[in-house]
Amino acid sequence: MNAPSPDGYTTADGRSIGPVLMEMKNITLRFGGVKAITDISFDIREGEIRAIIGPNGAGKSSMLNVISGFYVPQEGEVWFRGARRPAMKPFQVARQGIARTFQNIALFEGMSVLDNIMTGRLTLMKSGLMAQALWWGRAEAEETAHRAEVERIIDFLEIQHIRKTPVGRLPYGLKKRVELARALAAEPKLLLLDEPMAGMNVEEKEDMSRFILDVNDEFGTTIALIEHDMGVVMDLSDRVVVMDYGKKIGDGTPDEVRSNQAVIDAYLGVAHD
Amino acid sequence: MFYREAGDFKSSYPGDSQTFPIRFDRMRYYAVLAVAFGIIPFVINDYWASAVIVPFLIYAIAALGLNILTGYCGQVSLGTGGFMAVGAYACYKLMTAFPEVSILIHILIAGGITAAVGVLFGLPSLRIKGFYLAVATLAAQFFLVWLFNKVPWFYNYSASGQISAPERTFLGVALTGANASAPAKYLTCAIFLFALAWLARNLTRGTIGRKWMAIRDMDIAAEIIGVNPLTTKLSAFAVSSFFIGISGALFFAVYLGAAEVGESFGINKSFLVLFMIIIGGLGSIFGSLAGAAFLVLLPVFLKNVLVGMLGWPTDLAAHLELMIVGALIVIFLIAEPHGLNQLWRVTKEKLRLWPFPH
Repeated sequence: MNAPSPDGYTTADGRSIGPVLMEMKNITLRFGGVKAITDISFDIREGEIRAIIGPNGAGKSSMLNVISGFYVPQEGEVWFRGARRPAMKPFQVARQGIARTFQNIALFEGMSVLDNIMTGRLTLMKSGLMAQALWWGRAEAEETAHRAEVERIIDFLEIQHIRKTPVGRLPYGLKKRVELARALAAEPKLLLLDEPMAGMNVEEKEDMSRFILDVNDEFGTTIALIEHDMGVVMDLSDRVVVMDYGKKIGDGTPDEVRSNQAVIDAYLGVAHD
Repeated sequence: MFYREAGDFKSSYPGDSQTFPIRFDRMRYYAVLAVAFGIIPFVINDYWASAVIVPFLIYAIAALGLNILTGYCGQVSLGTGGFMAVGAYACYKLMTAFPEVSILIHILIAGGITAAVGVLFGLPSLRIKGFYLAVATLAAQFFLVWLFNKVPWFYNYSASGQISAPERTFLGVALTGANASAPAKYLTCAIFLFALAWLARNLTRGTIGRKWMAIRDMDIAAEIIGVNPLTTKLSAFAVSSFFIGISGALFFAVYLGAAEVGESFGINKSFLVLFMIIIGGLGSIFGSLAGAAFLVLLPVFLKNVLVGMLGWPTDLAAHLELMIVGALIVIFLIAEPHGLNQLWRVTKEKLRLWPFPH
């Protein structure tokens, strides 16, 4: 692949990638005197699967938190869908069409799987307090319409059998899947996955990889993910950003990144003489 | 055996998300309604109304309100007594200022005023959580009681500092005052409870209820899926205070008839309602009703057994009653920390299979 043109590019497996969806420009994030992220720029294109990798403490999760609005960077600009994004609260970012999952699952343990996924559609539901209190007209029709959408996602992720189970009772792998379902329910423009395969066995990883590819393929969702399993990252992603100590040390296709000397040094260590 | 869901298939989403999806449950619900509105009004007498049923209905409304705030939205409140006082005093001022308007409308407006006050005292919840919020609402409790004690305008400058409900009628039937009959009091409270429980159920099963529960279970994750914590928490405070305000208005106007704020709406009330929802079950409509029934009925029941059946002196029985109720609450919470609602659910699970083991 050559340098991507403004209109996008075509991947090796023939998928066409669109123009830039989100662009991070010279982001610097400090916590007191500690620089978590130093002057990082990269972009995410429509329809792409973009991975952010790096050793522990490299600032990957901080980067995801900047994108989803938990942290406001001291320097730099975030551009989303062609416009500069002002400093926003996380719930405002969500309403712009950015959904995410967490490294340590952040589901609502007291609610059923169905209710958890329904919460994903909150930003799309419009009926007012009074209509809901009386369960009249719009509220009930809306509930039914959104339930149908949620059922599609439940079918898609193959979790029909646990629909009514409280999330607290589910095993780890299924919780991860429910969290993905909740993020998908919001019909996001950009889906952020923070270590979607952490702590999974090979079989569960294969399932999850399949779901990520299917989501990208079927819904055309742009995905940015953080993952430590190099095999998975290299197989799934179209382009990879590599971070180390808060700096960007590599950016490109998996093949380019794999042969980048700075990346090899960061992962394997380098001889000091 | 008694309790079956087999063969009761749903073919539509509204059918699947209805309140009583199992036919047996639905029948029982209609049966309860039929008894509540078709039989009790004709047989109720003054003793049952004033000792058991009317306080149960009113506390159930307060427990529903607190359960929305604490059980569904996760915001602990110790200000229930104070908010009930707001409802009571708002109702009193309205009754005396606009005698020609219906008492039922006054009670609703009193709920609305309490909702506004609740939102005001809910503002700190955006910054503080858990125990610290409980302390902040405790401040609301003491401030409101102090306010109604110290500002004579609220009790219309009466010499005793008490407020007393004048007689008000609806369709010619006295609902408040000395001439109000037991069935009239009962029906007023029962209709309010029925309507409010229905509203609470609708709110908690829909979008707003999911927002509340999302904030309760994990506020960071709630924010990331687009829940605005400010409006969500304040809406919980508003709805909860609306319920509690109505219960306060009914407590004063229909049940007590005359009230003094420190006596009727003190910190004890706040704890009593909090115990009701903990014993009944947090985050459950049925639990609110069961908890209110438990804590209203238990003292009456014990009194009848100790004084009526065993013939003990009244003062001894009164002290023992406090100790027994306290001990029962502790035992109950150890045995079933999720409350009566969980007990009920487990019983239903068992009944599905009974008498067969599997």
